[in-house]
Amino acid sequence: MDQTIWNFIFIGITFGVYIGIAIWSRAGSTKEYYTASGGVSPFANGMATAADWMSAATFISMAGGIAAAGYGASKFLMGWTGGFVLLTTLMVPYLRKFGKATVPDFIGDRFYSNGARLVAVICAIFICMTYIMGQMRGVGIVFSRLFDIEIWMGVLIGGGIVFFYAGLGGMKGITYTQVAQYCVMVFSYTIPVIFISIIITGNAIPQLGLIGNYIKDGPETSVPLIVKINQISTDLGFSEYTASTSNTLDMFCITAALMIGTAGLPHVIVRFFTVKNVRAVRKSAYWTLGFIAIIYLTAPALGLFARTNFVEEINNKRYAEAPEWFKNWENQGMIAWVDKNKDGVMQYQAGQVFEGKPIYAQEASTDGSPRPVINPLSDSPNEVYYDRDIIVLANPEMAGLPKWVIALVMAGCVAAALSTAAGLLLVLSTSVSHDLMKKILKPDISDKQEIRYARMASFGALVVAAYFGINPPSSFVAKTVAFAFGLAASSFFPTLIMGIFSKKINKQGAIAGMICGIGFTLGYIVYFQFLTQSKDYWFGISPEGIGFLGMFINFAVAFIVSATTPPPPQEVQELVENIRIPQGAGKAINH
Amino acid sequence: MKNNNISKSGYWAESLRLVTQLLLIWFFVSFGCGILFKDYLDQFSLGGAPLGFWMAQQGSIICFVALLVVYSRWMNKLDQKYGFEEEETN
Repeated sequence: MDQTIWNFIFIGITFGVYIGIAIWSRAGSTKEYYTASGGVSPFANGMATAADWMSAATFISMAGGIAAAGYGASKFLMGWTGGFVLLTTLMVPYLRKFGKATVPDFIGDRFYSNGARLVAVICAIFICMTYIMGQMRGVGIVFSRLFDIEIWMGVLIGGGIVFFYAGLGGMKGITYTQVAQYCVMVFSYTIPVIFISIIITGNAIPQLGLIGNYIKDGPETSVPLIVKINQISTDLGFSEYTASTSNTLDMFCITAALMIGTAGLPHVIVRFFTVKNVRAVRKSAYWTLGFIAIIYLTAPALGLFARTNFVEEINNKRYAEAPEWFKNWENQGMIAWVDKNKDGVMQYQAGQVFEGKPIYAQEASTDGSPRPVINPLSDSPNEVYYDRDIIVLANPEMAGLPKWVIALVMAGCVAAALSTAAGLLLVLSTSVSHDLMKKILKPDISDKQEIRYARMASFGALVVAAYFGINPPSSFVAKTVAFAFGLAASSFFPTLIMGIFSKKINKQGAIAGMICGIGFTLGYIVYFQFLTQSKDYWFGISPEGIGFLGMFINFAVAFIVSATTPPPPQEVQELVENIRIPQGAGKAINH
Repeated sequence: MKNNNISKSGYWAESLRLVTQLLLIWFFVSFGCGILFKDYLDQFSLGGAPLGFWMAQQGSIICFVALLVVYSRWMNKLDQKYGFEEEETN
């Protein structure tokens, strides 16, 4: 059967399931729309949170990032899992006990101020907007590959589907769709890697690949895979795969910003509002991380396998004999080859082939000749350009796996992007309908009107997200996402922590802290990302890691301002005492 | 509900102590083993992989999951000790 038919079958079935679930579980009240009425089981919520959590960036880009950067990519692995330890021990049990529908709700009540609520709403919108752009881009890339259309068209299709079930179903619809999406993701991520693992290491458990032996050339030449990859890497002029990064401080800061950001991301926090009580939150938290770990322990193995495969299949091979996938992806604009020394052989080495992304002189070729690139070339002997995202997308083809596996991976990519986009969209829409309209601007609107505002807001948010998905401000999907973490780390995390663990922080402190934290972080990111080409970072901390510093600024400002202004009123101090005791969380309420 | 305030502050103090211990381990396995002492640990090897590298890519994640299971167990026990426990959910 043709690849396209397989793709249609897999994508069609999964979409049918998602839409079916959305219609079956569509929300009738704000309670169902915001928190699924607090009736989701911890196990199901764990799966849903894992799907919500693992974005297109994780699914498509992370393994590619690991393959390219080796040890340097550990910051993503640790950062995007370690944050759940912070989230669980410091944050969600208490917020669940508090029992309101959104994060700005807690901030507004704990800091007894609509001003604080408004700042929180703006932070939430900002974080989710930054994050959702990467998702839309991811959907666009996959659809363009699937149906041979332009990326912008793919972005629009994906946006339409997300709007359909997130806007309709609210949290209830999203939760059960995400459970289905997690299942699709975990199978589509691990199955190809299992096959590859058997070929490369002879072991069917891919997670053990890092400590496995390379046996592809026969058992008598078996060496530890890590030793093999270090050898290959240094032969081609790269640094060792396991080598430390040159800047430990930057590595530390980025890891910290990702972890803290994880714990401050509103779309992850609200997922825990859907379970019954605090005890269920704790249980749900370890299920969540367990489900995430299945994929996160596979990713480094996949990166390692893919790097080995890529070099062996490409380096020093004649272009005329290049595998089919190489030409397919060249036609997609994600691979380019420039025959610098005119020998007809592809040399893959360290260094950039040319500056930036390839600009092709002609449309996709059908006669098997390479697509010429018009970029000015660099001095590096490297001739092969590839977009990191193909490590996952093209991986089954590289390993020569059957066509249905490729279709499965595509379905998984789409599931990853859609599940995260839906979760973010929910936060965006509730921030507007609940926190902005109901709590600040128009307190007397009815339940029905509130949901209508939510649906309108999710449509508006999608339009903006789609625009940026088509014109991304930063090329590498994971990079766009990394900024959202910096912003969350410098705004929500410190403010929520202080709201729970200190009775002394007052509204002036919280507002000033949030504004300074996110202002500083945003300023730093915008300056270095958009306004200047300079890489003259403070202490060498790159924009991805600056949220860690932003967090300290938030803490410091909040403490200083709170010390010089009146303490919070008695009832707020009692509220803080109350949320520290798990008993009696009841169902999450809205009003 | 007698001695309610005393038991509340006792509960809070104990849960803080518990969380602190878990977070120290959290810091040690990730930032410690994976970043700060990575070069030192790399002299040991696990199935051919340098230990520091492996901790950063996989070991720390396994520890995180274990930490959350322990957290849930400990906190449920603490709830029971102070009479704050809630019904089991599945």
